[in-house]
Amino acid sequence: MIKTDIIIIGAGPVGLFAIFEAGLMKLRCHLIDAIPQPGGQLTEIYPKKPIYDIPGYPTVLAGELVDNLMEQAAPFKPGFTLGERADSIEKQEDGSFIVTTSKGTQHHAPVVMIAGGLGSFEPRKPLISNITDFEEKGVRYIVKDPDQFEGKNMVISGGGDSALDWAIYFAEKGSFVHLVHRSDRFRAHKDSVSRAHELAAEGKMELHTFAEVKELNGDNELSEVGIYSKEDKKIIKTDLWFPLFGLSPKLGPIGDWGLEIEKNAIVVDTFDYQTNRPGIFAIGDVNTYPGKLKLILCGFHEATLAVQTAYKIIHPEKKFTLKYTTVQGVQGFEEEQQIEKIKS
Amino acid sequence: MSTDINITIVDRDGTEHEFTVPTDMNLNLMEVCKGYELPVEGICGGMAMCASCQVYVLTEEHFGERNDDEQAMLDEAYYVEENSRLGCQIPITPALDGLKVKIAPEAV
Repeated sequence: MIKTDIIIIGAGPVGLFAIFEAGLMKLRCHLIDAIPQPGGQLTEIYPKKPIYDIPGYPTVLAGELVDNLMEQAAPFKPGFTLGERADSIEKQEDGSFIVTTSKGTQHHAPVVMIAGGLGSFEPRKPLISNITDFEEKGVRYIVKDPDQFEGKNMVISGGGDSALDWAIYFAEKGSFVHLVHRSDRFRAHKDSVSRAHELAAEGKMELHTFAEVKELNGDNELSEVGIYSKEDKKIIKTDLWFPLFGLSPKLGPIGDWGLEIEKNAIVVDTFDYQTNRPGIFAIGDVNTYPGKLKLILCGFHEATLAVQTAYKIIHPEKKFTLKYTTVQGVQGFEEEQQIEKIKS
Repeated sequence: MSTDINITIVDRDGTEHEFTVPTDMNLNLMEVCKGYELPVEGICGGMAMCASCQVYVLTEEHFGERNDDEQAMLDEAYYVEENSRLGCQIPITPALDGLKVKIAPEAV
């Protein structure tokens, strides 16, 4: 069981900044995110895009902003549970909460802050009627533990970085890769595209452009993939297909946590961005209130106000007065967060 | 002088909505849909990176041209037709007066 002061769900820019503001009040944070690296949309969707409306930065790349926020939060030694989706929340008798992830990791804290942005990112699934029959039986939307697939023949679909990077990776590791894309233009980085063409010339990969996987066959396990183009159809014998069409956000299980939801967002009180369930806050793109703007800078403000009430919940007996960082600087924590190793 | 134009947006259930929209506000079609609370998500905020604002242009003369980013995104999106465009890549200009589009199905 991981114990902390504030469980933050979502490691995007707003969740990361909340660590800093909480840290100034000597509160510790632990973040949970479904994607394996911090940064949320900024790293997942647009790491190389410049942002122009962060106060004090005439321009900053989304990926750089995340790096800076990580650096700013570092003195407060945040904990992270990454690659796991926050699935359930249980209120305890003393008013605290236990949040459990998709992999069963448990987190315990008096306060929960949902900084979930657009929700958890889930793979976009191709529209093939029997695709669900082969999920985890040959069809995989995410490449996990790549070692197990090295050397195998496979089909990879998609034209973005993820599809190209994995196609190259496996072709270089001795697999024969069929890369299928609906066009001959790739969204992926130019270097990756030229590398893929090289590998195709070396006979380690076959590029199927203007083509699409439309047919899956097999008894129980996948054994054949049908690649269709305008002119013809090819049946490839393979037991492995990675459709890598990117991720799309879903509000997901948070929608079932008894929180008031309006148009896919969590309703909060603008006094402290608390939800209808005391002790659970929602900050950043995931919340809504009259006049809401989905801007990173608004999320920073929301995080700052939310931790003030969080402090009162965590330390009801103590008073706290705001100190400017210019007065004393930033005093981080010396020790790592304590993690109780309890087998549940 | 009014710089407004009239456009029609057909909902996923077939309902037609007629709107008068300004051309001097630097708006794009995705923003118009969101502004009128039509079920268009615009997840990426208008960077041609998610295809959640895909529409079918029903008035041929208003199709315009897909730009490179938009084309690349549509190459990977679902339910793409000849007349598909990303709403976020269609700036609202006087030339679009009379435009009619239909919102594409939601990708799962």
